[in-house]
Amino acid sequence: MKNNGIARKLLSAPYIVWAAIFIIVPLGMVFYYGLTDKTGAFTLENIAAIMSAEHAKALWISLGLSLISTVICFFLAYPLAMILANMNVSQHSFIVLIFILPMWMNFLLRTLAWQTLLEKTGVINNVLSFLHLPALNIINTPYAIVLGMVYNFLPFMVLPIYNSLVKIDPNVVNAAKDLGANGIQTFFKITLPLSVPGIISGITMVFIPALTTFVISKLLGGSKILLIGNVIEEEFTQAGNWHLGSGLSIVLMIFIIVNMVVSAIFDKDGEGSFL
Amino acid sequence: MKKISVLAICLAAVFSFMGCDGSPSGENGEVIVYNWGEYLDPETIELFEEETGIKVIYDEFETNEIMYPKVEAGASEYDVICPSDYMIQKMLENDLLAELNFDNLPNAKANIGAQYWEQSKEFDPENKYSVPYCWGTVGILYNKTMVDDAVDSWNILWNEKYKDNILMQDSVRDAFMVGLKLNGYSMNSTNTEELETAKNSLIQQKPFVQAYVVDQVRDKMIGNEAAIGVIYSGEAIYTQRENPDLEYVIPKEGTNVWIDSWVISKNAPNKENGEKFIDFMCRPEIALMNFNFITYSTPNDAARELIEDEDIRNSPIAFPDLSQYDNLETFQYLGEEADRIYNDLWKEVKSE
Repeated sequence: MKNNGIARKLLSAPYIVWAAIFIIVPLGMVFYYGLTDKTGAFTLENIAAIMSAEHAKALWISLGLSLISTVICFFLAYPLAMILANMNVSQHSFIVLIFILPMWMNFLLRTLAWQTLLEKTGVINNVLSFLHLPALNIINTPYAIVLGMVYNFLPFMVLPIYNSLVKIDPNVVNAAKDLGANGIQTFFKITLPLSVPGIISGITMVFIPALTTFVISKLLGGSKILLIGNVIEEEFTQAGNWHLGSGLSIVLMIFIIVNMVVSAIFDKDGEGSFL
Repeated sequence: MKKISVLAICLAAVFSFMGCDGSPSGENGEVIVYNWGEYLDPETIELFEEETGIKVIYDEFETNEIMYPKVEAGASEYDVICPSDYMIQKMLENDLLAELNFDNLPNAKANIGAQYWEQSKEFDPENKYSVPYCWGTVGILYNKTMVDDAVDSWNILWNEKYKDNILMQDSVRDAFMVGLKLNGYSMNSTNTEELETAKNSLIQQKPFVQAYVVDQVRDKMIGNEAAIGVIYSGEAIYTQRENPDLEYVIPKEGTNVWIDSWVISKNAPNKENGEKFIDFMCRPEIALMNFNFITYSTPNDAARELIEDEDIRNSPIAFPDLSQYDNLETFQYLGEEADRIYNDLWKEVKSE
């Protein structure tokens, strides 16, 4: 037993070192920069800066677009996850693979590909004009940003829901049917409530990356729509004001933490930890 | 026990990777170069390494603003860097550059044209710290098949006819240069009213803009994705090669004449090798290779003489006669406070 304990500690060492260097230290630096000004004195100004018209607007748009994307993802993902869960084993692992496969490709490349598809002279519009159909002009609009978010983050919604659906004991569903519930009643009284943990982790895993993205709005929004992620990115790379960038990041973290607390309450079994 | 041995193997693997970090340097040491992306013919590096036995460690940046904090923090030590005019001024003010020993730079002295040394004095008053590498203007690139108005002024970018067909630069100073010049002001203005006017012009322009981009202007213009774009003259020659319908114009209200120059950082670990590298880049045939590769105008007169194609050698895009234009300016570093004002106003434009 004793030996086991030492081995366990040894095995956890790399993770602890990793977490300290790549999570704790950077987080500490974000807080240090966010709560100080250029002279190093303590200030809350960088956090209060979220109230300024431009920042508040950027945050508002980010919240709106990521919420819309999350809702769309949910309505696309749930039926798909149900279909997957009802397939036999050999088929569904293949379909899941097809779903995960694009994620092996770089996220930036996939987003750039959408730019090429959606452009005025892009692939989709060439096909449409060949068929004498009206052109699709959504590139550099919020629609393109939502499309990019849904496309990129949909697998993160499908997989946790699928995970929680396959864990539902079929006998529970059968019992409901035996007791006279019809299909719709079974779905709303049995399947849906039992899959809530998966839904919650799916929402977390779509909403958070969508809220913080800056690449999608840059590539598909033509940098015309300023999201809070873009504001923070530009404070670091263009304006060179790390203090303000960190302060706004802390504000964003509050939203993320709220989201994660909610998900922790519902998802006690860690259904979302499918990866 | 088994677990521990697995762990040992993992750790060994990690450490052996770390070991690779200290890659062997050349027989005559090394030089660490920090340059713009796609701003040099890679073959010239190989030639330099072959001839001198100095290993080149090459790193790239996308904007001056990204480069600056890395050099300032000193987290990575660079020898040779290639910043733009106003950034050199800022680095000088913050004591980040080393004085060059021009005895080690005979090619630079002999080949770089006098007018470029003169122009460099705007940011390096005694020509002690920088050697010009590339220069150019910023202007309007337009597609002759899509634009039927005469293009000679920035105000074409405010023409509603070209709504959704205009590409603007997605960087503070470049965007405000256009806004300030349109209104007849200096692009180095720190006057609040002038900046406010420029900001309002840019906000007014926003509905007509298809996208704010940096390097992508090139590809989008080649692909006929937009009719008009703001672009660096060095990219213009390349785009014309790919799409003959494109034409480049320096607007009559004036524009930005910029220089990117080689400098050596104060804490350079290999200063002498750095000077050897800069001097090598100033050799006529090497400068010509770079010009052919990146198509940005070279200040190297000897290299320009070697250009075989007469149209390129006398191209008004690559080598414009600057005396023909009024109100040409070079960016100056305006100080932290002005930087902050510019950034805040730009944010207002972007969030509109």
